[in-house]
Amino acid sequence: MSQQDTVLYDAQGPKARRRTAIGTAVAVLALIGLAVVVILRLAEQNQFSMERWGPLINPADENFATVWGLFGEGIRNTLIAAVIAMTLSIVLGTLIAVARLSLGRAGRIPLVGFVELFRGLPVIILVYFGVRVLPDVGVDLRDWPGGQVLWGLVIGLTAYNMVIFAEVLRAGVASLPRGQREGALATGLTNGQTMRIILLPQAFRVMLPAIISQLVVVLKDTSLVTFIANYDELLSQGESIRRNLDNPIQTFVVVALIYIAINYALGRLAQYVQARQARAARPAEKATEGAPVPVRDGA
Amino acid sequence: MDPVLENLDSYVAGFLVSLSIILWSLLGSLLLGLLIAACRVSPVPPLRAFGSFWVTTFRNTPLSVVLFACAFGLPEIGINRSFFFFGVLGLVLYTSAFVSEAVRSGINSVSAGQAEAARSIGLSFGQGLRYVVLPQALRTVVPPLGSVIIAMFKNSAVVGAFGVGGDLWSTGQTLVSARGYETLPIFIGVAIGFLLITLPAGAVLQVIERKVAIAR
Repeated sequence: MSQQDTVLYDAQGPKARRRTAIGTAVAVLALIGLAVVVILRLAEQNQFSMERWGPLINPADENFATVWGLFGEGIRNTLIAAVIAMTLSIVLGTLIAVARLSLGRAGRIPLVGFVELFRGLPVIILVYFGVRVLPDVGVDLRDWPGGQVLWGLVIGLTAYNMVIFAEVLRAGVASLPRGQREGALATGLTNGQTMRIILLPQAFRVMLPAIISQLVVVLKDTSLVTFIANYDELLSQGESIRRNLDNPIQTFVVVALIYIAINYALGRLAQYVQARQARAARPAEKATEGAPVPVRDGA
Repeated sequence: MDPVLENLDSYVAGFLVSLSIILWSLLGSLLLGLLIAACRVSPVPPLRAFGSFWVTTFRNTPLSVVLFACAFGLPEIGINRSFFFFGVLGLVLYTSAFVSEAVRSGINSVSAGQAEAARSIGLSFGQGLRYVVLPQALRTVVPPLGSVIIAMFKNSAVVGAFGVGGDLWSTGQTLVSARGYETLPIFIGVAIGFLLITLPAGAVLQVIERKVAIAR
């Protein structure tokens, strides 16, 4: 760690370094102790047996191909739903943000109510709405490619994320220097042209890291469909593997690792894009540097 | 809306169970989150590594996977508890990662110059922390921590879906599947129940935010 990543302590002198060294030794011992307890406990219950791990890690195992076939399909379905939902959220979110920015005070009120409403609802309730309520009220999506459950899931995720995205984009436009809009209007562009040609492209650029981070949220939320209907995304596939092989710890560890690998990569991509933008910011664009931080509300 | 009004008592009962999931999880994830945040900013490298590992793991795993792993994995190693316990535990593990991130970003947003200034006017480490660093850090933490908490309130629905039973979500499910009500009115009832929790919470947080906000 560089000397001053945190304000909590100063660059360390000899005494503090000694204390840190002692702390390090104690912490290492404690963490090793914890790991040993966990491993012993797992070994005691026979959790390291090849009978349980084999189908997941041993290519020679008879179930290996089936298991990874299921995982592969699960990953594909998860990505399909996440990417469609994210694309739709971006498109609809942009429309909402533009409407909210262009309408007068009175016109904004219903829109703000709409945004607040969708932000206040748990995403699983919206997925339920898409998958189970829509068919009941006569919205039949069975003939769409992918079927009712995929589109129900996509609708639920989109309903939840489009308003988040609208807020992100609105914050992005608000973070631009006033001169951008004033200049555009002064050169004779209409309000609509100013938004489309000058403001939105810059806002998108500023918000690109936030968009990528939000994709992580959408990707995780696709797993909620497991509670509602059969879509065979990653978690559902893990569930059926667990039911057949009776190895919950091993299966969920692998499922979690797959999610972590994908999401961690996306997270790093977001960081990379952010760092690149910070570097690329020329003096004239400096004003955009105070851009809002990515929305990661843990949903 | 008749199905909702007819079953108002079930809804109220479900609302209360949801609230108790929320309160236990709030308590647990704030405590655990602070602990993890303390690890992440500590001068001891192994603790920092442990903190990063924790945050990376739980922030990138879906809550549903954490819940499944708790409820089906823990009994395998001899930990048998109720689904309520596993549900709250899963939500606490998951949320603690986000709490820790919010707290840490708040601490790190105080510029190092503030601590240096505190030292240069002769404040001790403890005084600097108490009068200069922490008051600023706590104020910056409020908005991100607020959205983490509200997200946690909403995630309590997933804990319900997971099979805790008796909460708002499963009340709605039971009314639909066992008693054959239409999905739409029941859905609206459950949605209103959650809005009654999240919207006031959001309003309260906004008031707090406005009170403590500092320009930086």
